[in-house]
Amino acid sequence: MTAIDIVGLEKTYSVGFWRKKPKCALKPLHLRVEEGEIFGFLGPNGAGKTTTLKMLMGLVYPTAGSAKILGMEINDPRMKAQIGFLPEQPYFYDYLTAGELLNYYGQLSGVSAGERQRKVREVLTRVGLPDVMRVQLRKFSKGMLQRVGIAQAILHDPRVVFFDEPMSGLDPMGRREVRDLMEELKQEGKTVFFSTHILSDAEALCDRVAIIHLGELRSVGAVADLTANIEGKIELVWHGNTIPSAMKALGADCHVTGDTVRAVLLEGNQDAALEALRREQLRVISLIPVRTSLEEYFVRKLQPSTAVAGVTR
Amino acid sequence: MSDRIGYIAANTFREAVRDRVLYNLIAFALLMSGAAILVGQISIGIERLVVINLGLSAVSLFGVVIAIFIGIGLVSKEIDKRTLYTVLSRPVQRWEFIVGKFFGLAGTLVVNASFMALGVFAALYYVSHRFKISDGWVLVALYFIILQFLIITSLALLFSSFSSPLLSAVFAFALFIIGTFAEDLRGFAGLTKGVVRWLATGAAYLVPNFSALNVISSVAHEQPVSTQLILSNTLYAVVYASMALCGAVLIFERRNLK
Repeated sequence: MTAIDIVGLEKTYSVGFWRKKPKCALKPLHLRVEEGEIFGFLGPNGAGKTTTLKMLMGLVYPTAGSAKILGMEINDPRMKAQIGFLPEQPYFYDYLTAGELLNYYGQLSGVSAGERQRKVREVLTRVGLPDVMRVQLRKFSKGMLQRVGIAQAILHDPRVVFFDEPMSGLDPMGRREVRDLMEELKQEGKTVFFSTHILSDAEALCDRVAIIHLGELRSVGAVADLTANIEGKIELVWHGNTIPSAMKALGADCHVTGDTVRAVLLEGNQDAALEALRREQLRVISLIPVRTSLEEYFVRKLQPSTAVAGVTR
Repeated sequence: MSDRIGYIAANTFREAVRDRVLYNLIAFALLMSGAAILVGQISIGIERLVVINLGLSAVSLFGVVIAIFIGIGLVSKEIDKRTLYTVLSRPVQRWEFIVGKFFGLAGTLVVNASFMALGVFAALYYVSHRFKISDGWVLVALYFIILQFLIITSLALLFSSFSSPLLSAVFAFALFIIGTFAEDLRGFAGLTKGVVRWLATGAAYLVPNFSALNVISSVAHEQPVSTQLILSNTLYAVVYASMALCGAVLIFERRNLK
């Protein structure tokens, strides 16, 4: 079953005070997300990710087009009872305790009084905040607020969850936990639609991704399919100031700094480059991946091109 | 539907209480205590009149200030802080949010006014050592003051739904001042001619008629309030507040929450 069906969704704002000019925030977007998928909505800042999410949540009205979630219109309250939403950099009523806030959201989502207390405790534990039930939110750190935001999005056991930059404000451990949580949600059969510009998260989690830039969908598909012909890059650093001639043949971009050389080259040439350094008896200091294949693909898709936008269904 | 309005109203009331809005009662209590002691010493024979006038005027002023300053932020603050996003992404209609907010603030003002009323009656008892049957009209005056609060709250919400908090406060205060002299404005309209008459009459009926809701002076002089006035004022306040709320809903329903 289709969880999210977006047909030609478009948003143009009028900007300026006296002479209003139209500013396109989102060009006609066609997208379909199947139930049970983890779907990554990728793009740099200002690409139109949040605008799209706000339209799906009914916070911003589209200029044209339509969308359905679980087969229902986006302003249908029955649909809204079945979705969860984490906004970007969430802020909550800071005069409430975490328990009171979640109880309030539970009330608004139609969770019965008998179930609310249990669910509140359950989700707080699930997001790693089991002991903050009676703590006012004004005492929370940014990372803790992000976790509360995730808790309120999943509190009422929604079928589709929308996360806008869910890893924002989290430390590496927190990011890992959120990734695990998203995996768990998928295991439970839920659909997860999340926007991010952290590509490693998307690559690790997503069944499919869409790339959006300047309000235009550039491509959509499974990560493996999109990056089938794309190689990632590695950074190789060695001691000395000698650059073996083989490096140039391998297409390495080399820079000498003091008594170290830093070379960036394609992942596939890694073994040949190491062999060249061994032959010259140069000592390798480090070898790290600098750009995954998805990152490389993403960067290419953001280049100005005359290619037709990937209007894909 | 009604449940969600109740939850939003309860949360709005809780916000006001936790933001220490009811602390104004301390200032009011001090004012009434001071006034009662002072009036007892300097007024001979008119203690009751002074206490009722002063007490009810203070109830009105305190309430109006709270209604405007909280009312103007009810919607705009939720948009600025983005707390609205997690509410409206749930099965909550925009009109339910506005109506819930209205009832939350109205409830706060009623509770506030009730405590103040106790203060007024305590001061009244202090200066005259007894209650009269005519003191019952003080309750009617208090009821009219609460009707004023409903109108001002709905207007503050209306302005808050499309304007900045500062401009909303200016608009709401301006309407309160003009509305206090609404009868004079209607009188002025009657004296003019042509387009000016047409415009003045329109303006006089558009602004809330707070002068009809102000019976403080007559109650202080122990004059009764007619049942007809009670009914017409109730109807007027309900219709006016409902229209202002409908305006707020209509504007808010169309608004993009950027």
